[in-house]
This record gives sequence, C-alpha cells and structure tokens, in this order.
Amino acid sequence: MSRRGDWVYENNGGTCVAIAGADYCVIAADTRLSVGYSILTRDHSKICELADKCVLASSGFQGDIKALHKNLAARELLYQHQHNKRMSCPAMAQLLSNTLYYKRFFPYYAFNVLGGLDSEGKGCVFTYDAVGSYERTGYSAQGTGSTLIMPVLDNQLKSPSPLLLPARDAVTPLSETEAIDLVKDVFASATERDIYTGDKLEIVVVNKAGTRREYIDLRKD
Amino acid sequence: MEEQKWDQPMGGFNAASRSQMAEAAAGGEESQRTLYPYVTGTSVIALKYKDGVIMACDTGASYGSTLRYKSVERIKAVGKHSLIGGSGEFSDFQEILRYLDELTLSDHMWDDGNSLGPKEIHSYLTRVMYNRRNKFDPLWNALVLGGVKMGPKGAEKYLGMVNMIGTHFEENHIATGFGNHLAIPILRAEWSEDMTFEEAVKLVEKCLLVLLYRDRSSINKFQVAKITTEGATIYPPYSLKTFWGFSHFENPAQGAVGSW
Repeated sequence: MSRRGDWVYENNGGTCVAIAGADYCVIAADTRLSVGYSILTRDHSKICELADKCVLASSGFQGDIKALHKNLAARELLYQHQHNKRMSCPAMAQLLSNTLYYKRFFPYYAFNVLGGLDSEGKGCVFTYDAVGSYERTGYSAQGTGSTLIMPVLDNQLKSPSPLLLPARDAVTPLSETEAIDLVKDVFASATERDIYTGDKLEIVVVNKAGTRREYIDLRKD
Repeated sequence: MEEQKWDQPMGGFNAASRSQMAEAAAGGEESQRTLYPYVTGTSVIALKYKDGVIMACDTGASYGSTLRYKSVERIKAVGKHSLIGGSGEFSDFQEILRYLDELTLSDHMWDDGNSLGPKEIHSYLTRVMYNRRNKFDPLWNALVLGGVKMGPKGAEKYLGMVNMIGTHFEENHIATGFGNHLAIPILRAEWSEDMTFEEAVKLVEKCLLVLLYRDRSSINKFQVAKITTEGATIYPPYSLKTFWGFSHFENPAQGAVGSW
C-alpha cells in the first residue's frame, strides 16, 4: 500500500561525526550520495561552513539538507549585517533548533551535527534530531553509520561520563591529532558495514588558527 | 436511508476512488495535484568531453506500457550556454521549458552583456523542483542540465542533475531512470577526461544500445546533442544497429522440459 506522501522524502545516506576538544573541534562526513541501492555520486559534500568558528554537517534527504544550509547561511549573513560580527556557534545552535522546529509538521529530513568553538574558544558540538531537539555534547555521530560509530567514540574518547553529578563538560582530553586519527578509524570501520557510507571522507578542523580541510579515501564498495 | 451519491464511485479498492472518498468525507475537493505520471520519457545520458558536454536520449514517450509517441524531442537548448534533457512526465518537461523561456527572456532583457550559465540554470531548476515538492505538487521529472561557459579560467564545463523532489548534484557523467542502473556503470568504467567528440559519441552509443536492449520503454530512435563554447547543436534523430541473431533466440523452447 503506497501512501500519498511517500514520494516526498528519500534518504540519500551518509554519516556525520563531530568531536570537541579543549581548544579545537573536528567535524567529518563521508562524501557519498546514494538513492536506494545506487550511488549517485562519490564526491558530494555534506558539510557547510556557516561562520568562521561554526561548521554544520548533515545527513538525510539532500534536497532538505541543501535548503536548510542555504537558509542558515542566509540568516548568518543577515546577522553579520545587523550585529557587525559573525554568529557564534551556540547562537547558531539555537537558530538551527528553531529552524527545524518551524517545520515540525513537515520536517526537514536532516540529521545534523553542529561543531565549532564557543565564545571562550573551547570546542563545542551540538547534536540534533530532525525536528530540532538538541543538546550540547562533547562528541556525536548522526546518519546511517551513527549506530556503528557512537559506541566506539563512547569507548575511545575517554570523555567524562555523562552520568556524573555535577555534570562535567564532555569534551575529550585527546589531542587534535589523536582525535583526527580516531575519526579516520571510525569512518573506515563504518564503511565496512554500512552500505551508504564510503568513497571519501571530508574532515574539517576548527581551532584558534582558523579552519582547515582534509580528504581521505574510503572504500568504494 | 441516505440518498445514493452518484458523484462517488461505488466501493472498489483502487487508489483514485479511495482518495476521492477520503477528500469528500473530509469535506474537501478532489486533489488537483499530480499523483502519478502519465506520458513519460525514459533515460537521458550525458557526459563531459573535451569541448563541452554531450547529451543523448531516445525520442519516445510512453503512456504506461504503450509506446504512444515516437518523435519527441527530450533535449532542448537553453539560453546560449546550456542544454536540458528531461525524463519523466513529458507535460511537466514542457512546463519547465516554459519557465526557462521566461527566465532566459528576462535575462536577455537586462541587456547587460551577461547571460545565465549552466550552473545558474541548474540552481534555478533545483529551487523550482524543491519548492513544487514542498507544495505536494511536483514536476514529475529528472532533469539533466549541461553546458559550457567562458569563465576567468577559460571554458568551464558543467553537468548536473535534479530530480522531482529536489535532490541535485554535479558530476562528469549523468544518467536518469534506467540509465542510472545500466549506463552509469559503463560510464564510470570508460569515461576519461578530455575525450574527443567521436570517442564521446561512441561511449554514449554504447550506453544507448544497452538501454535499448534492456529498457522496455526505450525505442530505436535517438538524438544526440552537444554544447560547446560555439553554441548548442541538436543532431537529427537516427537509429542504432541491433543484433538479435543469438542461437538461443531462434528456438527458445528447444531445451525446455515440460509443456510451458
């Protein structure tokens, strides 16, 4: 039985990860765009640099993702014109949540991870569901490979436990290079078992020196 | 006892009447939006080559399982720098051509020496397709947009695709519909940067032939089009040579056991 609204969404697959450290943030996503059992292209970025210290990675339905990124980039530009400064990552986090909830009854099929540096220069990661519910954490994975990656991050990042009281900041004590190596490892692992993840990995690193980008090859099968 | 409602079909379990009944029950009207495509074109293939972009498709349009129209042009030039190819609902493709006419007309009327390139047209089409999808009234097509425009670094080739819900991307080779499954593997294996026109046509013909053998809705009448910095050229339709002389086809029931 096919329902009238079935055709409005499709899942173009892919995985996004972000890890926050004491003074850096790593945001990574694969570059495969799929539909059903086909690969549409192996070279499609899921990452959008919204502000100089704020990077968004999203997986899900690409039409909605591109529209969402465009929407947020336009709002950030308006903010710059009105406030004479770029949007901070926590401010963008709230804007993203509101933007998603605005379409609560016809959602953006986008699973987002926002990463960057907060106003004190510390790494921050915000993780979302499709309708805007969000939380600041030390690390997160979203998308088709997220269930494969999250447990590994929980185990390997040596972050303070989320069960501690009083709550401790979950940023990882690992160094920038160690975090990047871990990101490469988890993506290589997710690529093995998730059919929608692979081809190439795009890594964006935000720290006080600025933003830099790296590309790593992943398995193409 | 209620009066017989003659405007509703009696009972039955088919999608059209169910939705009509649901609408009537809700006090609304029958949906006027596109629910399914009726007259459809099949695959469009395109690839970048040395001088620009080459695009090809067959000239058929089907009405369900009937090959209703056999001389339909599914590739058109847009502005000075682009070609558009459309598969899916043909009337929606014609509507898109009307939108593009308006767009290129206003672009021309600015009279500012600038003209819309393939990237801009692709972006425009993506927005149109996505916004129609948001209104639950899609243009039921998969569009291929290719072109060349002179830029600061010389002739910049562009090739992209957008589907009915707004999914879009750019690549060196594109195929829609069945082409996605049958032609893309060939293109991925045999495409290379800077092919000559003859090599590109040979590769495209190889893909079209596979589609002709394996896609039920394709016909043996194709059009190839190219776009270069000199402009768009859409070649007259022609057919490919096919071979059906396999021994297995001659007496297909020969080795069959039983009476089927």
